[in-house]
Amino acid sequence: MLTHMESTTYLPSDYLPVVIQLGLALAFIVGTMIVTHMIGPNRKSEKKDEPFESGIPVQGDARTPISIKYFLIAIVFVLFDVEVIFLYPWAVNFKSLGMTGFIEMILFMGLLLAGFYYIIRKGVLKWE
Amino acid sequence: MASNIKMVEAPEGHTGEGFFATSMDKLIGMARANSLWPLPFATSCCGIEFMATMGAHYDIARFGAERPSFSPRQADVLLVAGTIAKKMAPVLKQVYLQMAEPRWVIAIGACASSGGIFDTYSVLQGIDRVIPVDVYVPGCPPRPEQILEGLMQVQELAKNESLRRRNQPEYQALLESYNIE
Repeated sequence: MLTHMESTTYLPSDYLPVVIQLGLALAFIVGTMIVTHMIGPNRKSEKKDEPFESGIPVQGDARTPISIKYFLIAIVFVLFDVEVIFLYPWAVNFKSLGMTGFIEMILFMGLLLAGFYYIIRKGVLKWE
Repeated sequence: MASNIKMVEAPEGHTGEGFFATSMDKLIGMARANSLWPLPFATSCCGIEFMATMGAHYDIARFGAERPSFSPRQADVLLVAGTIAKKMAPVLKQVYLQMAEPRWVIAIGACASSGGIFDTYSVLQGIDRVIPVDVYVPGCPPRPEQILEGLMQVQELAKNESLRRRNQPEYQALLESYNIE
């Protein structure tokens, strides 16, 4: 009983080791970066600081507007990709999950398909 | 357990019970020499020999150079393997310029070293016309053993380089002679 009590009640001071660990990790990273920037040889010039383009002159700016279509298609792909990932373990455990699993998957798929209907109506998949 | 794996020997220094003291130069030199990340700049047949050098048989990884860097930012050694046409020279120079200090250059093969058989109007007669070179590897093309020897020579340079070398007037003058800021 006593051990049970001990393991469930934490005082804020019990987290001190975590804070110290975090502080040390942060101090090590920041300290190392400062020291390496100070002791290492460095050379700065206009050409050195240009973006690396395999040695050929830089053409234009990378931050140009890109058609939203690419982004939407990519996001929709990720969404349905994840859906398929969930289908595999469900298929493997189809029998043991039984009716409950089936209903849960129907709910999940229904939700996604509702979203799919929505994006089709919005015309996301119309490329031209 | 007995092992025949050869470890890097510690630099000269003072050893005692529970401590080892040496100079910063030697320590950093040892670390640099055994983790030289190459940037392969291969344009022709010497590049094929370099591929063999990277492969399992010759295994450049034994020298701490198994991580080829295809960005100059994290590279330590520029390995120029192959004929450099005059049109390629500015590209080569730009790649060299964008490498972080300390940086070393190996000219692999006759073409990179001197233009080789291509004594013609379109070929750079040696990359040392545009960038400073540390080690020249002869051969047309050189065998992988020769390329490894070249890398080992750079290891020697790295081991024995003073930490102040890159800030010294001699080095600045060398770079200025190549119009490098």
